[in-house]
Amino acid sequence: MKIKVIVTLKNGVLDPQGKAIQQTLNGMTFDNVSEVRQGKYFDIEINENDEQKAKSQVEDMCKKLLANLVIEDYKIL
Amino acid sequence: MKSSVIIFPGSNCDRDMDVALKKFGFENQMVWHNDAEIPKSDLIILPGGFSYGDYLRCGSIAGKSKIIKSVIKFANSGGLVLGICNGFQILTETGLLPGILQQNKYLNFICKNVFVKIKNKENKYFKKIKKEVLELHIAHNEGNYFCSSDELKSIEDNGQIAVTYCDQAGNDDEKNNPNGALKNIAGIFNKDKNILGMMPHPERMIDPFLSGEDGSLFFENLIESL
Repeated sequence: MKIKVIVTLKNGVLDPQGKAIQQTLNGMTFDNVSEVRQGKYFDIEINENDEQKAKSQVEDMCKKLLANLVIEDYKIL
Repeated sequence: MKSSVIIFPGSNCDRDMDVALKKFGFENQMVWHNDAEIPKSDLIILPGGFSYGDYLRCGSIAGKSKIIKSVIKFANSGGLVLGICNGFQILTETGLLPGILQQNKYLNFICKNVFVKIKNKENKYFKKIKKEVLELHIAHNEGNYFCSSDELKSIEDNGQIAVTYCDQAGNDDEKNNPNGALKNIAGIFNKDKNILGMMPHPERMIDPFLSGEDGSLFFENLIESL
């Protein structure tokens, strides 16, 4: 089954890439864009039929590798 | 004294480090990331570069590599582990050092000489260095040190800040902060001071004609202190 994960920077953590994207959008006439925060998206194909089990494994993956909890939050979709 | 430099796919300062270590008397060996064991060593070095292409986050994949378990075991038993640049990023990703190195505040890759102030000499890495300020080289895109405010307090209280970016006179203020690092932090220790991670490259400053020799002071002290 496929599990989807989104990793985003925590609130308040500096995101210079997001800032650069926002400024570029503003320069492209999208001047109503006031903030962009960039994140990561993972599609994980896992050989497991039990959804709960799969999600709990993915949660473990998030904590151990996919996200760095010093600056990032994760969300399993 | 025996040292081991770990080579990851994408490491590119491993041979400079090897040259530097041998120049100052270390018997150095190179260890491949896919090995499980590290030969007997007094010092382990995680060199600079772009391990595993900096995929996911800098240092994150190397932080789970096969060899890293032995590095963690060695570090936890009090062995000296030095991470330079990407090596520093790997050390934070393994959890051996607190915090993380984020992308530079102004989005540019920085490659230049900087001055760093030694903040703590009660350790094997800086003990006998007479200077307070060293001129070293930095080359990185992710050197912007960050940690939570609680963590920062604990780092400061335990004397874990090793070096900070400063000017030639040693002023480590915001004006002399190249990458946005919290408190100008260029390098930190773990609590026991046997693990050091720092962004500047001492191995690039060991030649009197090419670079200046403040890096030599670092290696001379290291071999004497061990």
